Amino acid sequence: MEPFKIVKGLVVPLDRSNVDTDAIIPKQFLKSIKRSGFGPNLFDEWRYLDRGEPDADNSQRPLNSDFVLNQPRYQGGQILLTRENFGCGSSREHAPWALLDYGFRVIVASGYADIFYNNCFKNGILPIVQSAAVIDQLFTEVDLAPGYVLSIDLDAQSITTPAGEVLAFDVDPFRKHCLINGLDDIALTLQRSGDISAYVERRQQQVPWLFAD
Amino acid sequence: MAGKTLYDKLWEAHVVRRDDDGTCLLYIDRQYIHEVTSPQAFEGLRLAGRQPWRPAASLAVADHNVPTTDRSAGISDAVSRLQVETLSRNCREFGVLEFDMNDPRQGIVHVVGPEQGATLPGMTVVCGDSHTSTHGALGALAFGIGTSEVEHVLATQCLIQQKSKNMQVRVEGEVGHGICAKDIVLAIIGEIGTAGGTGYAIEFAGSAIEALSVEGRMTVCNMAIEAGARAGMVAVDEKTIDYVRGRPYAPESESVLWPRAVDAWRDLRSDDDACFDRIVTLDAAAIKPQVTWGTSPEMVVAVDGQVPAPEDAGDDVKREGYTRALAYMDLQARTPITEITVDRVFIGSCTNSRIEDLRAAAAIAKGRRVADGVIQALVVPGSGLIKRQAEAEGLDEIFIAAGFEWREPGCSMCLAMNADHLESGERCASTSNRNFEGRQGPGGRTHLVSPAMAAAAAVAGHFVDVRTFESR
Ligand code: SF4
Repeated sequence: MEPFKIVKGLVVPLDRSNVDTDAIIPKQFLKSIKRSGFGPNLFDEWRYLDRGEPDADNSQRPLNSDFVLNQPRYQGGQILLTRENFGCGSSREHAPWALLDYGFRVIVASGYADIFYNNCFKNGILPIVQSAAVIDQLFTEVDLAPGYVLSIDLDAQSITTPAGEVLAFDVDPFRKHCLINGLDDIALTLQRSGDISAYVERRQQQVPWLFAD
Repeated sequence: MAGKTLYDKLWEAHVVRRDDDGTCLLYIDRQYIHEVTSPQAFEGLRLAGRQPWRPAASLAVADHNVPTTDRSAGISDAVSRLQVETLSRNCREFGVLEFDMNDPRQGIVHVVGPEQGATLPGMTVVCGDSHTSTHGALGALAFGIGTSEVEHVLATQCLIQQKSKNMQVRVEGEVGHGICAKDIVLAIIGEIGTAGGTGYAIEFAGSAIEALSVEGRMTVCNMAIEAGARAGMVAVDEKTIDYVRGRPYAPESESVLWPRAVDAWRDLRSDDDACFDRIVTLDAAAIKPQVTWGTSPEMVVAVDGQVPAPEDAGDDVKREGYTRALAYMDLQARTPITEITVDRVFIGSCTNSRIEDLRAAAAIAKGRRVADGVIQALVVPGSGLIKRQAEAEGLDEIFIAAGFEWREPGCSMCLAMNADHLESGERCASTSNRNFEGRQGPGGRTHLVSPAMAAAAAVAGHFVDVRTFESR
């Protein structure tokens, strides 16, 4: 996982609540065998006017010019601004994969669905929670100022707006440590390999039939 | 000190390490792998240059995308084919045993595992699939995981987990004639709701659960996830031990290990003074054949009932859900269930594709014909071995003579990732476990029922009370 230090990026406003994972990446893309390549199909049903299929040439498809990702001023965004209960529905990990593949490293919202929130950290995305009032303010500011950029400092747990305003955010210390150091769960667990081996040795005595490989 | 629940015992036996905040590193004895949720996990291993910790603990089988018609020409859908071929390639590269599409042992992962004795009492069992709860029927701790976790188990043979709370669902008494495991579990979900088990591991107990075969217990545990619980389980008894005996991956019953294993397995039950956070009790005698009418498994009524009206719902959110479900299902409130006609019938899935399910359906189909209005009635055995056994018993001939299609094993129309699916607007009597919008094909309408009820609906062309049908 890429270590997360400071992300300074263009903000893309997605002004909806309860965006579910099927909207983030529709189920036909679950047939893919890759973890990458979902970016062009992020928000597929909103982004294009036809129905997307895996392996189709997305560059030839008719775009929904109203959708925020298709507007010239929001190209190259790295920070997604949205509202309540983002990422609800099916537990598919393809949702954070699609967001990451598109280029989002940070989400700022007033709330997330549980599994999605966990899946973000497992994939190097920082989901930040802010109050509904702050979210409202950010939507207004983004709308008024094309090229609106936020600077996210994970170590300091701060968001800095273009006007220099600094907003604090909370993050679980363990998750922060993992993100900053680019540690994935597997690397962490492998640091415990001594414990695992000791456990296996003990269990092999107690229940040898479970280790008959 | 209070005694321990079955779940407590299974959990504690697998804790490698416990952190102060209660987070545990849990050892996993068995991981099943299928083609849909594993490619990215293997890719992750490859990118990080990691090897599986214990490849022999994993067993792979392709089930979601495989065709259920003649397979000699391979899979025609290119995307599905790539996913299935990728599974084989990954298994070869990382040393994982796979039953490929043409292996007679191939089938739905949750049917194949227990059938092979690859799931044993006392194990922790995971798979990148929410219906992994099925394996809990053998007194195992079994639950579904995400793709990152599949990779985590491959690399470390462990998972980072928090313990759930303990819940016991007791079904006491004797079920009536014609009532089977599927009716019991649908009645349970109707009672506690699809979020009723959220945050819990459910132990199913009581005399009606004890009376079920191990296969029937699998049907019940399969749908624990539909009640919101990640894991469902049943205590070990003599039936469990008899079920396991002689299976290919179980300890040999002549070996010195067998009596030791059996001894250990007999302790896999909740202590009499065990403490549950929640206990729910159902009266078995009151359970009638169940039919779901809506788009969530909790939207279920008895076959002699009616489609409810939104005003029957307890609160505003539910009322809104009822209204949406009625519209999607194209049903009028107060319609008697037996007046609902069906376009297709699907007998299969990891819920109901084992031999006793096929026998129950065949007993209804025997000497009868699929009704004219029914476009298709599919029977999809859960594994190649079940298919063979059914053929040895002549069940295939009964089905074919009655106008059913007899297929190769796989997930099939349970989730319609292969060619088997509903057309938009079609209505299906299905023995699977999810009736969500679009589950069996975009715009398709699913009614969940038992195998006997599905066969009866196929014959009648509409839902009927199977208790009024004579088995033949
Ligand atoms: S049969 Fe259906 S529920 Fe079972 S594993 Fe296959 S797709 Fe999932």
